[in-house]
Amino acid sequence: MKRHVVVTGIGAVTPLGVGARTLFDRWRAGASGIEDGEGVAGEFDPTEHLSVKEVRRADRYSQLAMVAGDEALADAGWDRDELPYDPARTGCVYGTGIGGIGTLENSKQILLEQGERKVPALSVPLMMSNAAAGMLAMRYGLLGDSFGTVSACSASAHAIAQATRMIQYGDADAVITGGAEAALTPLSKAAFAALDAVSNVGISRPFDARRDGFVMGEGAAVLVLEDAEMAAARGARVLATIRGFGATSDAHHITAPHPDGAGAAAAITKALRDSDLEPEDIDYINAHGTSTPLNDRAETKAIKTALGDRAAHVPVSSTKSAIGHLLGAAGAVEATATILALRERIAPPTLGWEEREEGMDLDYVPGQARPLEVDRGPAIALSNAFGFGGHNVVLCLEV
Amino acid sequence: MPTTTVTPEAVEKTITDALPQFGVDPSQISREASFEELDVDSLDIAEISQIIEEEYGVQLKGDDVKTIRTVGDAVDLVVSRAG
Repeated sequence: MKRHVVVTGIGAVTPLGVGARTLFDRWRAGASGIEDGEGVAGEFDPTEHLSVKEVRRADRYSQLAMVAGDEALADAGWDRDELPYDPARTGCVYGTGIGGIGTLENSKQILLEQGERKVPALSVPLMMSNAAAGMLAMRYGLLGDSFGTVSACSASAHAIAQATRMIQYGDADAVITGGAEAALTPLSKAAFAALDAVSNVGISRPFDARRDGFVMGEGAAVLVLEDAEMAAARGARVLATIRGFGATSDAHHITAPHPDGAGAAAAITKALRDSDLEPEDIDYINAHGTSTPLNDRAETKAIKTALGDRAAHVPVSSTKSAIGHLLGAAGAVEATATILALRERIAPPTLGWEEREEGMDLDYVPGQARPLEVDRGPAIALSNAFGFGGHNVVLCLEV
Repeated sequence: MPTTTVTPEAVEKTITDALPQFGVDPSQISREASFEELDVDSLDIAEISQIIEEEYGVQLKGDDVKTIRTVGDAVDLVVSRAG
């Protein structure tokens, strides 16, 4: 029998500030973290949180992860010097889309300008895409399984999914999970722009007829997952239950989603089955909602395909309307926001949504937050994350 | 191109000046201080080696590095290699 998995701590650093609750409170109030067409985590100064050595030994993406991690562990009531679980049964699964690309770009510049003997010795440990997973395991003394997940914009949703499975099947009692991204770098920005994936006008307005691409953002989230019975035994405050997840592949195109959203719809259906739920049980959907023409259209179709008649009655909103697209960090940051939305029984808004596109007729929660109607019992949400490569991950959360 | 003459004083100053950027408390640094006490590990040594090479043209390789325990050991190694 599968064990139940609960979330006991959350932490986030986003363009809306440092702190998971800061993210949710500001989004809910209609604040945007996007300035000049970018979602910079501008309130994040690593030197305020980390030592000289810690800052030097970590790419910005890992710095963001560590600060989010410290918040999440404190939130879970964990004593870092004496973990509440056997360290050998405590793991870390942590996602990123691109990892330490800022380090890579800087080292390449030095290689070209100064020669190979000047390439910084820290290049590899900083830029590798499992760096944050390793840093978090070292920071908290986690001796169980730890690794990075890499699936572009679904990377941290995959991380949460795998962390959940590790606990469900008894391979770990607790797992630190989530994802981070710091890809607001010259090469990365130019490359996404060359793909025509990024908004030319610098506006993130998911599901709006005028949307023209995503706005790049940076940040991180960490979630502390524990076996439900063991969490109860230690008297932990439970923030949410991870009911299950569904993951599929489009096998269609390296960057474009399947136009009918077939893979995404299948992921939603799998998530419902894994969670032992029906479409009628879903109270809220935190959409992937990137603000690209293709994603938002395909995702709308996917939700309608998977939920049928229920789709018209479920509020669907996109955190990316407030912070932009955090790429590999998006799934974890948005799952974090979803947990707080469920706890507050609030459907946060899709900021900037004004014009309906034909065929895109879901309830996108335009304008402002509104109370979440929950017919009975717990509130249940889906949090979607889809990545280049055709990876689809749907998490099912309950509060 | 290396330009600095290799003297124990010069090398010690180079290392002493470099260490704080790795997070070492300057007041802890002396010839006798061990890298372990200073929380200077193999990655820091790799970076220090690059600084030494740039400044003095002396390359410190893996086996060399294993023999040095203190700041003084590092200074002596660089001076002996330059000779």
